Amino acid sequence: MIHSLFLINHSGDIFLEKHWKSVISRSVCDYFFEAKEKAVEPENVPPVLQTPHHYLISIYRGKLFFLSVIQTEVPPLFVIEFLHRVADTIQDYFGECSEGVIKDNVVTVYELLEEMLDNGFPLATESNVLKEMIRPPTILRSVVNTLTGGSNVGDTLPTGQLSNVPWRRAGVKYTNNEAYFDVIEEIDAILDKSGTTVFAEIQGVIEACVRLTGMPDLTLSFMNPRLLDDVSFHPCVRFKRWEAERVLSFIPPDGNFTLMNYHVSSQNLVAIPVYVKQSISFFETGPCGRLDITIGPKQTMGKTVENMMVTIHMPKAVLSANLTATQGNYTYDIATKVLVWDIGKLNPQKLPNLRGSLSIQAGTPKPEENPSLNIDLKIQQVAISGLKVSRLDMYGEKYKPFKGVKYLTKAGKFQVRT
Amino acid sequence: MTDSKYFTTTKKGEIFELKAELNSDKKEKKKEAVKKVIASMTVGKDVSALFPDVVNCMQTDNLELKKLVYLYLMNYAKSQPDMAIMAVNTFVKDCEDPNPLIRALAVRTMGCIRVDKITEYLCEPLRKCLKDEDPYVRKTAAVCVAKLHDINAQLVEDQGFLDTLKDLISDSNPMVVANAVAALSEIAESHPNSNLLDLNPQTINKLLTALNECTEWGQIFILDCLANYTPRDDRESQSICERVTPRLSHANSAVVLSAVKVLMKFMEMLPKDLDYYGTLLKKLAPPLVTLLSAEPELQYVALRNINLIVQRRPEILKHEMKVFFVKYNDPIYVKLEKLDIMIRLASQANIAQVLAELKEYATEVDVDFVRKAVRAIGRCAIKVEQSAERCVSTLLDLIQTKVNYVVQEAIVVIKDIFRKYPNKYESVIATLCENLDSLDEPEARAAMIWIVGEYAERIDNADELLESFLEGFHDESTQVQLQLLTAIVKLFLKKPTETQELVQQVLSLATQDSDNPDLRDRGYIYWRLLSTDPVAAKEVVLAEKPLISEETDLIEPTLLEELICHIGTLASVYHKPPSAFVEGSRGVQHKRLPGSAGSGDSVDSPDTASAAGVSEAPPAVIPSQGDLLGDLLNLDLTPPTATGPPPAPSSGLQMGAMDLLGGGLDSLMGDESEPLGGDLGGSPALGAGFGAPPAAMPASFNAPVSGGLDDLFDLGGGVGMPMGSYSPPKTVWLPAMKAKGLEISGTFARRAGVIQMEMTLTNKAMSVMTDFAIQFNRNSFGLAPAGPLQILTPLSPNQSIEAALPLSTVGPVMKMEPLTNLQVAVKNNIDVFYFSCQYPISMLFVEDGKMERQVFLATWKDIPNDNESQFQIKDCHLNSDAASNKLQGSNVFTIAKRTVEGQDMLYQSMKLTNGIWVLAELRVQTGNPNYTVSLKCRAPEVSQCVFQSYEAMLKN
Repeated sequence: MIHSLFLINHSGDIFLEKHWKSVISRSVCDYFFEAKEKAVEPENVPPVLQTPHHYLISIYRGKLFFLSVIQTEVPPLFVIEFLHRVADTIQDYFGECSEGVIKDNVVTVYELLEEMLDNGFPLATESNVLKEMIRPPTILRSVVNTLTGGSNVGDTLPTGQLSNVPWRRAGVKYTNNEAYFDVIEEIDAILDKSGTTVFAEIQGVIEACVRLTGMPDLTLSFMNPRLLDDVSFHPCVRFKRWEAERVLSFIPPDGNFTLMNYHVSSQNLVAIPVYVKQSISFFETGPCGRLDITIGPKQTMGKTVENMMVTIHMPKAVLSANLTATQGNYTYDIATKVLVWDIGKLNPQKLPNLRGSLSIQAGTPKPEENPSLNIDLKIQQVAISGLKVSRLDMYGEKYKPFKGVKYLTKAGKFQVRT
Repeated sequence: MTDSKYFTTTKKGEIFELKAELNSDKKEKKKEAVKKVIASMTVGKDVSALFPDVVNCMQTDNLELKKLVYLYLMNYAKSQPDMAIMAVNTFVKDCEDPNPLIRALAVRTMGCIRVDKITEYLCEPLRKCLKDEDPYVRKTAAVCVAKLHDINAQLVEDQGFLDTLKDLISDSNPMVVANAVAALSEIAESHPNSNLLDLNPQTINKLLTALNECTEWGQIFILDCLANYTPRDDRESQSICERVTPRLSHANSAVVLSAVKVLMKFMEMLPKDLDYYGTLLKKLAPPLVTLLSAEPELQYVALRNINLIVQRRPEILKHEMKVFFVKYNDPIYVKLEKLDIMIRLASQANIAQVLAELKEYATEVDVDFVRKAVRAIGRCAIKVEQSAERCVSTLLDLIQTKVNYVVQEAIVVIKDIFRKYPNKYESVIATLCENLDSLDEPEARAAMIWIVGEYAERIDNADELLESFLEGFHDESTQVQLQLLTAIVKLFLKKPTETQELVQQVLSLATQDSDNPDLRDRGYIYWRLLSTDPVAAKEVVLAEKPLISEETDLIEPTLLEELICHIGTLASVYHKPPSAFVEGSRGVQHKRLPGSAGSGDSVDSPDTASAAGVSEAPPAVIPSQGDLLGDLLNLDLTPPTATGPPPAPSSGLQMGAMDLLGGGLDSLMGDESEPLGGDLGGSPALGAGFGAPPAAMPASFNAPVSGGLDDLFDLGGGVGMPMGSYSPPKTVWLPAMKAKGLEISGTFARRAGVIQMEMTLTNKAMSVMTDFAIQFNRNSFGLAPAGPLQILTPLSPNQSIEAALPLSTVGPVMKMEPLTNLQVAVKNNIDVFYFSCQYPISMLFVEDGKMERQVFLATWKDIPNDNESQFQIKDCHLNSDAASNKLQGSNVFTIAKRTVEGQDMLYQSMKLTNGIWVLAELRVQTGNPNYTVSLKCRAPEVSQCVFQSYEAMLKN
């Protein structure tokens, strides 16, 4: 199982180590540094590394490496999932997952790590349970603690730990009872030069924010559940009911949580909300090239496309860009060679256009590779797959809660090839 | 105020300052001090000097302070074992605390203190905690057993903790069950044969119940444990699958992949025509696709596993090609894996899409990725014949880009395409030759040279091209040198007049000026071939080459089977069996998929061991006939002196041996040989195969068993049985057409404990046949003639003669495929003839093959389940007693009989001449003509043969 954990920052300093079994010398990380050196980009460091006596499994989150050391055969996914869970927990506790925040809360992080894993076996990873054992820092609490000498470690067994619903603590009370659900869909797509869809799919997620008193039992049903053939659920969802009736029946955790993830595959037709007309060309002679991009709405379900943004990783030889945008602003970062065009709202009457010339370092050959366009966008109040929630019912409690459902469509990995 | 303040005092007197604060009377100050100590510890500073002061803070009501001290203890107890004892009392006291949280905390921390002296004190509290009323304490204690086992395994066994742990599998709380399973699995890993996790239908049922209710991590432990179980039949297998499938919808990808492992394994047992089988296949695709939308690290592991899954069951993901398309901002490790899977899924239906993608990738920035994409195009051409033309034109387009590494990769793959589709795309050679100068990588140079040599007759200036390479011959890598040598020899054979000088030059470079033995050997072979017989040289060097196929990059099937059993583990990421790399895996058991007849090597199989020992000799380059020949050459045809006076014409026999040599070699050089020149990799074994004169290896027949093998073989013999054993009818082994008029038909029989080869020899030729002699090639069970072939009278035309040849089982051993294959050489005054035949394995069942009941029981349990194979015998209309009698005649002994619900279970044993025991369970249901045989044997490769004999014996 998981033997040790090292947190390593961007520049390769180990700033926290935790051992759950015997202490392993931090020199074991040298193998990792070697691989990091070789990979050049931090994103490209292989997640599983073999060393003569150990295995190093790492993730890269928020410019930090979470590097775990293992000695025996352990499912690597188990380790990777756990490491992400550690990062999630830190994010959840302190609002962000960064070196600064971890250093500021090093003892709490250390206590958390001890609570999350015992002898390499996960102990408590549910945020609800952890928060009862080790309370997250708030300004009020630290003031109270200094005054009263109290501590931020819970001294009773968390109630959720062993019940049938480990994700929910008992005795929850609210004056305003509310349950909100956000249906968020991300479009992953690759379009080719001519605008034809090479590949498209939708990754959907239902994020819930439930603040309800007592032990409510909720049932969420959809207008068109048939859309969902590939789903994964929060453990609270009763799988049998889903199989039989296609409804989500569950006792919710308290607070924010991800109710379900779903995936609408490339077999179904995925609506592409915008089209992109582009041409980027470099001339054989003379140190320059041309760029011309126009974006227009396609299948937007009658809603406005917002937060449009185009990002292009230019070839290394491109020195600068001299462009005019009919809408929004563009920036070109010479160091990273990234061109960003921030468009904003998409106006169907007046299509935004970006055109102009690119200058190339003199003496370098014409760039071989074609830069891809990365598209960002948002459409409020619509789930592009067409998924709709029909109703939410509550059983087990008497009060009437506030209920609400919001829809949002975003671009995920949306790429246009040139 | 943040914790970073704890780092601020890094002055000289820091330790001293902390010491003072730790001994402060104020609680708050103490706590702050301990926090400072912990903060220093987390960044790797040595604060062990404060040990006694920190331990003094342990006895407190403040839980946070207590936890902090515990954290400190865990880190430093090992360096201060004597001081650590000071803490023991507090631990023992805390284990009695009314608050379960404190009890659990104490037992948990104690287990983490890796000091022998402390572990002694741990036993009693641990025993109590394992039976604690609170499940939270029990589940913590379960893990503690694993910790303790890691520190002192003997202690854990002596104290009986393992049994308590096993009892916890039946605990009412699912979390306790999950942790007990996790702890047992970890302990079992260091004790592969301890049989700790004794899985039976009852425990499986408990695990499946706990699976639904425990946490995600617990589900992983339980699923991994389930995967080790082998269901009794397809119905059980299906019911487990049904209960595991819901896990495929779990949000935790590790749970999903573990569930996939269980399903992939148990699916093997389901009949393919079952509706459920199809449903299950469909259910597997979506979760696998979903894994690919997770974080890149998860994707990587998922992709490595999917790579295995598509090799085993391509139908699952055949429609999901598009999800493997590469996005430009994927990390490189994800890109490369996706590419690999795309090729595995490529088929005629989707090849256009795939090629368009690959071409796109070939213009990307990342060099490694581009190279692999170009290779992928070549692999597509080889895999999907219809696409070859399009692939070649795509590759040509890429060569036109003149990007150096693209061109080189393209040339390497075009060489493979030439080998797969000879005489089809040679029109592109001109384009390739244009790029000759830009090639700087050995592999690309070698490929180009091969192309020039192979198609020398179509390239006008081939000699110039090759000559240009020759200038820097000694600076080239071996690969290029070997290729250059072969190419020039090819060129010479094709255009002998113009290139004599060139070939002289390369031969002398290779043989005289080189230190590389491979190169020298190959040079000498060519030299001799060319100087003795240019016609033969032509036949050898320019022979037809076997076509290459796309199977070359597939994982070898037995390894694949094992890896499928290890889905989700490190083994599956590295595509190596766990035994190959996991440190401290003391004799990891090889896992096999159920249902499929395993033919793999298990380490403890004497048969395989001996076979491996024998086959250490360099692998023969020449197949089939050559093999036989090589071995026969080693043996003297003189009959063994031990069996009585040799018959008259022994000198004639010697002559025969010589004949055999000459004739054999002729045929070898003539038509049967592998192309030597075409072999791109170059085979060092070649030299050995040719160079060693046959006479230099006189293996005396009188002492045929090589050292070390003796103990493995049990001399057959035994008491004769009055009843005749089963003997198959005679079949024609050697048709007259193939043997210049000699026809041999025959069979095998076991008579009075002696194996007999019974033959009918018929002379269908016009002349008299005399001087018969027989010899066997090495075979799986060491069968060898126990005496000479007794045919004393000459065989006149149209005459038949019966001959019985007693066989011994002490001959040399080599594993054959199939196992019971026997290669025979028969000689007469006309020629030597070769044939091969198969003997029923029941010939080898010895008379003392009856096992004691107790021994049988123990052995049955002892042999791992993976070695069990099950077969159906259809349409057999005997009752169990008759079957038992019939089998007894062939030395299959029934040891016990049990009747359960109208089903007779016969437990039988048999022993092979080489001492291998085979245990069998024969299930006979009254009124049902279909029997089921389960065979268990330490050498599972014999099972298939034994089953065939069963069928033959019963139906005879």
